[in-house]
Amino acid sequence: MPRPDIQVEHLDKRFGDVVAVDDISFTVARGSTTALLGGNGAGKTTTLAILLGLLLPTSGRVTIFGEDILRHRYRVLPRMNFSSPYVDLPKRLSVRENLTVYAHLYGLARTRDLLDRLAADLDIADLMKRSYGKLSAGQKTRVALAKALLNDPELLLLDEPTASLDPDTADYVRSYLEAYRTRTGATILLASHNMSEVERLCDDVLMLRAGKLVDRGTPEALLTRYGRKNMEEVFIDIARERLLLAPDGEDRNVVQ
Amino acid sequence: MSDRVTAQRMSVLSLRRVAAMALRYLYLLRQSWPRILELMYWPTVQMVLWGFITVFLAGKTPWVAQAPGIFLSAVLLWDVLFRSQLGVSLVFMEEMWSRNLSQLFVSPLRPVELVFALLTISLVRTLIGVCGAALVAIPIFHYSIFDLGLPLIAFFTNLIVMGWAVGLVVSGIILRYGLGAESIAWFAIFALLPLSGVYYPISVLPGWVQSISFFLPASHVFEGMRAVIIDGAFRVDLLINAVVLNAVYLAAGLATFLHFFKVARRGGQLLQVGE
Repeated sequence: MPRPDIQVEHLDKRFGDVVAVDDISFTVARGSTTALLGGNGAGKTTTLAILLGLLLPTSGRVTIFGEDILRHRYRVLPRMNFSSPYVDLPKRLSVRENLTVYAHLYGLARTRDLLDRLAADLDIADLMKRSYGKLSAGQKTRVALAKALLNDPELLLLDEPTASLDPDTADYVRSYLEAYRTRTGATILLASHNMSEVERLCDDVLMLRAGKLVDRGTPEALLTRYGRKNMEEVFIDIARERLLLAPDGEDRNVVQ
Repeated sequence: MSDRVTAQRMSVLSLRRVAAMALRYLYLLRQSWPRILELMYWPTVQMVLWGFITVFLAGKTPWVAQAPGIFLSAVLLWDVLFRSQLGVSLVFMEEMWSRNLSQLFVSPLRPVELVFALLTISLVRTLIGVCGAALVAIPIFHYSIFDLGLPLIAFFTNLIVMGWAVGLVVSGIILRYGLGAESIAWFAIFALLPLSGVYYPISVLPGWVQSISFFLPASHVFEGMRAVIIDGAFRVDLLINAVVLNAVYLAAGLATFLHFFKVARRGGQLLQVGE
């Protein structure tokens, strides 16, 4: 069995009295697309931030590509990347200038050729000279995706990759991610509130509630387990702590 | 991934990453002519103001008449200190205003590389601002600060290093406490103005204030400047004092910034910054 790309053990993050992540453990298999689901405040963004090394955990251990992220994050960061609609690129720089800076930060060679290829792939060639701040939300998302793919990451962390996008652009992004994973064998971990996106893209789902990992499985397994037709209904069941009755009649969740 | 690229990506300090960040700040500067104008505007206004004060006082006070460049040199060198501090703090705040910090620190960029880039761009901004004002002083007041010769390099270097140190502390505080603390960037250095003997000798200060002044690199620089202009002597002892103090200041500034960076990683401030 191949080593998982991400291994999280007893991860805990507290901000004073507030428990953001409460003793969670999970692995993410190499080459998989895994969803991190949960309502607002469930701990998704906190978990992603810890995986990225932006946030130090209160306790626990995170291993990425076999390296302890807390001790050796600079061995890991060149092999991964991140995109989120909630962080920005400098607005006054052009798209090309922004991407050029990040290409240099990743130590990439032949920057101009690389950017031209990415621009063609992501259909942003006509945006390259425009200021990032003047782009629409959909255009910014594609540029952010280009930034996230600059270094051909083996691990891609995405925080709501299609938030606030129209259906056409969202479909474009999902298709691109599917193609990227197929082409490169990359591992993708994404936080999302879009359940159809999760059903389409993900092999595995981690369900968080109030900082705890409360369930996990493939979308199909979760649908069967909760007796629901789609992931949105499963999400609501978990978020509202509804009773889960397994086929054997055993309670699997907390009754409210 | 080639071995060369891997080694470059993993090195403790990558000049390429420092250059990438400096390039990002030069892009920003290049795009906005009001920013370049602003860099020269205040130093020039200050210089013109003190130039006319000098013209006025030269007719009234023998001390000023004997050393007419003393106030102009002082105001230009003070601006080196102020602009270098501001160059670090303001450019760092640009990252917070543009909500770009978390993007930067999920790349292989290390905090110390960001610091080197901030220092580099601070030097560029200070040179633009102060050199512009210094050149304007030549035709208007027939005074060239460049006539100070080699001592000018020593004064400039010490003041810019002290400005960097204060700028790093201010940036660390802003990172820790958020943009609500950004006004510190504008007033922090002015607390040192009366203690640094910019426009008067340190000897006019009360004894206990002089004790504080002794621990400011700037006060040794301005005493040294007066020695060159009034006595025509370069005081090596003052230079050594300033260099030693600056070494301590810069190390403390860097340590403070890195400490607040770690605190920010613990508290989640890298995720929360924004306009």
